[in-house]
Amino acid sequence: MGPVTLDGAWTRRWVEAVAAEVSRRKAELTALDRAIGDADHGENLDRGFQAVLGKLDALDDGATPAAVLRLVATTLISTVGGAAGPLYGTAFLKASMAAGDRDELDAPALVEVLTAARDGIVARGKAESGDKTMVDAWTPAVEAASAAGDDVRAALAAAAAAAAEGAVATEPLVAHKGRASYLGERAVGHRDPGAESTALILAAAAETT
Amino acid sequence: MTVGLAIVSHSVRIAEGVVELAAQMAPSVAIVAAGGTDDGGLGTSFDRVQAAIAEADSGDGVVVLCDLGSAVLTAQTALDFAEAPERIRIADAPLVEGAVAAAVAAEGGAGLEQVVAAAESGLQGAARPEPTAGEGAVVEPEDGAAVLELELENEHGLHARPAALLVRAASGFEAEVTVNGVDASSLLRVLALGLDRGATARFEATGPQADEAIAAIRELAESGFGEG
Repeated sequence: MGPVTLDGAWTRRWVEAVAAEVSRRKAELTALDRAIGDADHGENLDRGFQAVLGKLDALDDGATPAAVLRLVATTLISTVGGAAGPLYGTAFLKASMAAGDRDELDAPALVEVLTAARDGIVARGKAESGDKTMVDAWTPAVEAASAAGDDVRAALAAAAAAAAEGAVATEPLVAHKGRASYLGERAVGHRDPGAESTALILAAAAETT
Repeated sequence: MTVGLAIVSHSVRIAEGVVELAAQMAPSVAIVAAGGTDDGGLGTSFDRVQAAIAEADSGDGVVVLCDLGSAVLTAQTALDFAEAPERIRIADAPLVEGAVAAAVAAEGGAGLEQVVAAAESGLQGAARPEPTAGEGAVVEPEDGAAVLELELENEHGLHARPAALLVRAASGFEAEVTVNGVDASSLLRVLALGLDRGATARFEATGPQADEAIAAIRELAESGFGEG
């Protein structure tokens, strides 16, 4: 793949790709959530991102990455009826604030944006690494992106790979946050649905050109 | 006006049921349900929570009570977007017991922080009585305490509405009032006593208006705690 420019149009294409992937994999996400949660993660995220798609057209053609991220944030907060709404909503909101008025994100800015998103989730959900939550995908992704150097495509690819590994690594864990924490040892052996959707979102970013 | 309450639950029916239960004891408090998702399914709705907080706020503030995980996250997110976040508190309390205790405190004119404290006093669980000085210990009245001892004759003893009426009466005076050794201004403490019909209740009051408080409680008892 050639070089990529993370401008507002790219951000929009990424969000559209996320919406398509969530729609395609919603049954899988809900199945993960059925095992250790309340069986609504796929449907909830799909409802949220479909609502985002409906609102993207109203944005100006010249909308900045921050404007797109903010639209995603406010839409997810008011349309996703589970914990994922406030968590991803806060992540996109903090990401939008970190992006500021930049027209495009270079590698250091991308790391800033990903870090702000992760910090927003941690502040909202009070989860730490190893609690079997989406933080277990976000934190390795942030670290991998910041170690990847000055090439944004390499940073996105590293973040996506690390998030995917982080999601798989939630399988042997006992949950300490969220509905799965009521299950104790019975959560062991199941992948956290939020970590998996985080991997999905970052994989879509790595594949968006 | 009083402090208002917003009741956030994953379930429309739980939220409405808690509102109904709490309102029975606090008829003049604005208690607003925010249950379920936008289409009424199981989950929480940011828009419903935001609207409930706005509706419950008369200017004296709102205490938000939540059930499971995402209800708390949604309420916190609503707080981030609120115009007057300093007037909103999320109580760390069990939904039902906390809402009832908060409603009674608000009905008695308590301020925002006091209503939060009333809700959070429910964390110990209403089923566990307050520890006493020892089995069968008799608490000697302090010097100058006004005392009233009577047998409860009303149908429900000191449960539910009668207990709420007692708490309102006990909170309305410049006096420290106890019933069988526990704080009579705490609904959860009074309920935890489990005083049924026929049980003996001993009220003691100290402070400048101790006699007035005891007189009000005597009058309430003679009216059958609202059940006569």
